[in-house]
Amino acid sequence: MLGIASTELAWAYILSILAAIFCVIYGAVKWNDAGPYTEELQALDEWAPEQKD
Amino acid sequence: MAVKIILALAYLVVVFWLGYKGWRETREASDYMLAGRKMNPFVMAMSYGATFISTSAIIGFGGAAALFGFPLLWLTFLNIFVGIFIAMVFFGKRTRRMGVSLDAHTFPELLGRRYQSRFVQGFAGLVIFLFIPVYAAAVLIGISRMLEVGLGIDYTTALLLFTAILAVYVITGGLKAVMYTDAFQGSLMFVMMVILVVFTYAKLGGITEAHQALTDLAPHMPAKLKAGGLMGWTQGARFGTPLWLVIYTTIVYGVGIGVLAQPQLAVRFMTVKSDRELNRGVLFGGIFIIAMTGVAFVVGALSNVIFFRQTGKVAIAAAGGNMDKIIPTYVTDIMPDWFGILFLLAMFAAAMSTLSSQYHVGGTSLGRDLYEKGLDASGGNTVTITRVGVAVTILVTLIWGLVLPGSVIARATAFFFGLCAAAFLPMYLLGLYWKGMTRAGAIASLVGGFCTSFFYLLFVHTKESAAIGLCKAIFGVDSLAMNAAKGSWVWLLQYTDPNIIALPVSFILAVVVSLFTPKLEEAHIQRCWRHL
Repeated sequence: MLGIASTELAWAYILSILAAIFCVIYGAVKWNDAGPYTEELQALDEWAPEQKD
Repeated sequence: MAVKIILALAYLVVVFWLGYKGWRETREASDYMLAGRKMNPFVMAMSYGATFISTSAIIGFGGAAALFGFPLLWLTFLNIFVGIFIAMVFFGKRTRRMGVSLDAHTFPELLGRRYQSRFVQGFAGLVIFLFIPVYAAAVLIGISRMLEVGLGIDYTTALLLFTAILAVYVITGGLKAVMYTDAFQGSLMFVMMVILVVFTYAKLGGITEAHQALTDLAPHMPAKLKAGGLMGWTQGARFGTPLWLVIYTTIVYGVGIGVLAQPQLAVRFMTVKSDRELNRGVLFGGIFIIAMTGVAFVVGALSNVIFFRQTGKVAIAAAGGNMDKIIPTYVTDIMPDWFGILFLLAMFAAAMSTLSSQYHVGGTSLGRDLYEKGLDASGGNTVTITRVGVAVTILVTLIWGLVLPGSVIARATAFFFGLCAAAFLPMYLLGLYWKGMTRAGAIASLVGGFCTSFFYLLFVHTKESAAIGLCKAIFGVDSLAMNAAKGSWVWLLQYTDPNIIALPVSFILAVVVSLFTPKLEEAHIQRCWRHL
């Protein structure tokens, strides 16, 4: 496959490209997804916990 | 030579301007340690990638690909899927949210506050401060040797010059300066690597034609590699042979998984203000990493065909038997002259981006985690203490660079990756996902994982134990495993990555000890989880 003798290594080549494409698609689909925690909440966060030992 | 010097100066002008921009925007501790938690996604992703990929990843692992061939592409797959996607989506988002909830400024501080333990923060800071200068020295020595060859500068002068340049902008500008310069350096690296792979495939007549030519070259594979278990560059290695173990446990598994617990990378998740930046970072990071390790490994392997056609020798022979010279020799002898100059700059960029982050994380570990928190030495100005920490890290790295031979230093990357994975990964992962993880479980995993990995590196894994020499000094052999029956599983341990043993040990300690020790207060767990 693709001139690569081992099928396993041909898959390593293909999966590397597919993984990069997957990252691009994921990033594009989630481009504006800021998640549940935003800047406004961050501004309210001033608490820092104690360390006990 | 004049063109090289002008281009190098132009590059340095841009680096210093970005460093100055970082310094101007740095006012308080969160700016210095976390870039104000408001970093641009492109800058975050490029900085993450450029820190991840050092000169040794391109030159060293590219050379390894020239020896071992396409099996290294599994590392590229892991670099992208684990090092970018899993890291940013499953580790990064929770790290950022928990980091804000706990007001953590560094990776050890995140762990320390998650487990309400100054010991965890101090010990993690100590491990990072002690070992990251050795890892940084490996990068520093490599780039100083390139400066010596490329620009004709004396090695010691190059070492001092490079250190001075980095010291100026890392000490003054903190993480903002580091990340701005990283993004520029990463962009330069990206362009050069794309040109490299396009040129190589074009020279060999296309993708399939190039791979087929490499497949057909298998009969010319060096006898030593065949004896070690390799069948060809696109044929792979026989299962269970020493080279199979080196490729799949040390290179693919050790580096591919070890990246998840690298403090200089994990801290970048806390530099952005929302998940949006991490989502966009996945896009930029995926493209960047395939252009780095993907290209380095493919071109490294294919260089055998081009060298063979031009000189009648495969890559390792054409480079005089030195694996680290394969990519530089390819660039010098095969690529056009103009590319050689720019590639040299790209390698400077790769080294500088990794070194600046290593200095910064070493400095924050010493100043913030070990001195200020671990030793409870409060009262000073945090930014000043951290700047002193960065300066000390730079000085220690310089001393390592001046006194240690390259043969020992070259093992530093594997050493640092191994120790970080065993010591930090279980408590980091379980700390993000398991409410039942206890302080005692975290300490057992941290100390147990560190000690197991350290013992394995000193006494079992021959590559490191032979270079360090402690095993030989005490027991008279390079590895405790080498006297076992040849081919037995004990004998094969000397070729097996430490984390095949140390990482499961660390995970087991974390889970078992947590099951039998008191839980953290519910109120604290709720605070940790309030934004997850």
